[in-house]
Amino acid sequence: MRWDWIPTYWPDFVDGLIITLQLLSMSIIIGMFFAIPIGLVQVTGPRWLGRIAQGFCTVVRGTPLLIQLWLLYYGLGSLFPSMPWIRESWMWPYLRDAFPYALLAFSISVAGYEGEVMRGAFKSVPKGELEAARSFGMSRFTILRRIWLPRAFQNVLPTLAGEFVLTLKATPLAATITVFDVYGVGTMVRQETYRIYEPLLFIAGIYIVLTGIIVLFFRWLENRVPRAV
Amino acid sequence: MIDLHRSGKEAVVIENLHKQFDDLKVLKGVSLHANEGDVLSIIGASGSGKSTLLRCINLLEMPTSGDLRVGGEQIEFTEKRGVRVPKHMRQVEKMRSRLGMVFQNFNLWAHMTVLQNVMEVPVHVLKVPKAEARERAEAVLERVGLSDKRDQYPAYLSGGQQQRAAIARALAIEPRVMLFDEPTSALDPELVGEVLKVIQDLANEGRTMILVTHEMKFARDVSNQVLFLHKGLVEEEGTPQQVFYETKSERCKAFVSSIH
Repeated sequence: MRWDWIPTYWPDFVDGLIITLQLLSMSIIIGMFFAIPIGLVQVTGPRWLGRIAQGFCTVVRGTPLLIQLWLLYYGLGSLFPSMPWIRESWMWPYLRDAFPYALLAFSISVAGYEGEVMRGAFKSVPKGELEAARSFGMSRFTILRRIWLPRAFQNVLPTLAGEFVLTLKATPLAATITVFDVYGVGTMVRQETYRIYEPLLFIAGIYIVLTGIIVLFFRWLENRVPRAV
Repeated sequence: MIDLHRSGKEAVVIENLHKQFDDLKVLKGVSLHANEGDVLSIIGASGSGKSTLLRCINLLEMPTSGDLRVGGEQIEFTEKRGVRVPKHMRQVEKMRSRLGMVFQNFNLWAHMTVLQNVMEVPVHVLKVPKAEARERAEAVLERVGLSDKRDQYPAYLSGGQQQRAAIARALAIEPRVMLFDEPTSALDPELVGEVLKVIQDLANEGRTMILVTHEMKFARDVSNQVLFLHKGLVEEEGTPQQVFYETKSERCKAFVSSIH
């Protein structure tokens, strides 16, 4: 085994790590932002909106992320250049890049999977606690903000930790549309150094460390919130 | 006629209330009148509609028809796609924030400590400054004997302690009326006493209360007005003396005979 390529490519790995972390954290934030209402409307109605949300989750969860990613990048990505108003807009420098497409695809994925998780989470909050909140004159929004949402999160923190680890391990797919994440850098190293296994082992190690950080973070979070019985 | 009330100022008045769930008529024209300082017990067999009646007071159940006045203020209704709804949700929320409800299953918020449970409504609904709400919360927890449990989560309390915490939560809003929905029905027999004691103390200090209960002796001792409900109608009403000892209706006689 030879590891002498590490110092040479160290800066590239740092760049790749930053891209991976950006993709992961931003898609989780954007995805969860949509997952909450997607889960909520399936419990509260209106029914037609719940149906749409349910359909969205089914489609997202029922198709491979790789295909979603390619459809967005090669489909949408090849449509935009033919639209002059987009080529001339401020968005164009970003849309020429692959990262926004990866971010969009991963955000949609998180919204779909976690929308389903949140549906279950909202449903799992005992009706009596929500009724107590109503009985004391809380408005619908206050109930959501103070009671329903925190209670729902409390119930699904362990599930979400697992989901986000899966999302992390799906991020290498972004390399297939030229995003230079950790995996992308690893591939480049393999091609340039003709080393097959060492770079793979090295990035596997990086993913294990990242997984460990996510798991530890959520364990810390779980210990901060009381266990519901 | 004997005046049932302890004061002249009305607290909760219900007139000719009907409640129907789909085809099931639960309440068929019930009236109720509680003035400030009154302790009104609603008794009756399971399915007589007594819990539904209580829940209609703060509109956890929407009455199909009938009038509701709380603290002299008429609650206004309107129709929306053929369904009766409150005309002003704000009015209902304001009314609810002055009615302290205590549930059979406690319904404490499991993600908050006892103290947080008690402070929640004063801070986030009544907009009381935090420091003041905290002081008040500590005082009411002291009253129900739970000062040492204030930083515990509800899951770690016994049923009796949870119910006392729930009573503290209702007390912290400085309620105009307290509503008790079978507060001891979910408790182990040995824990019933500590909760009844707290309710008894509240009654003694002149709080207005409406309670649904299966504890006949307690209803007799604590209330100045008793309502016996049968199949969605008031079958018997009056002072505890009248309802328990000078009973006119045969059904009520059979029902209350357990305490003789």
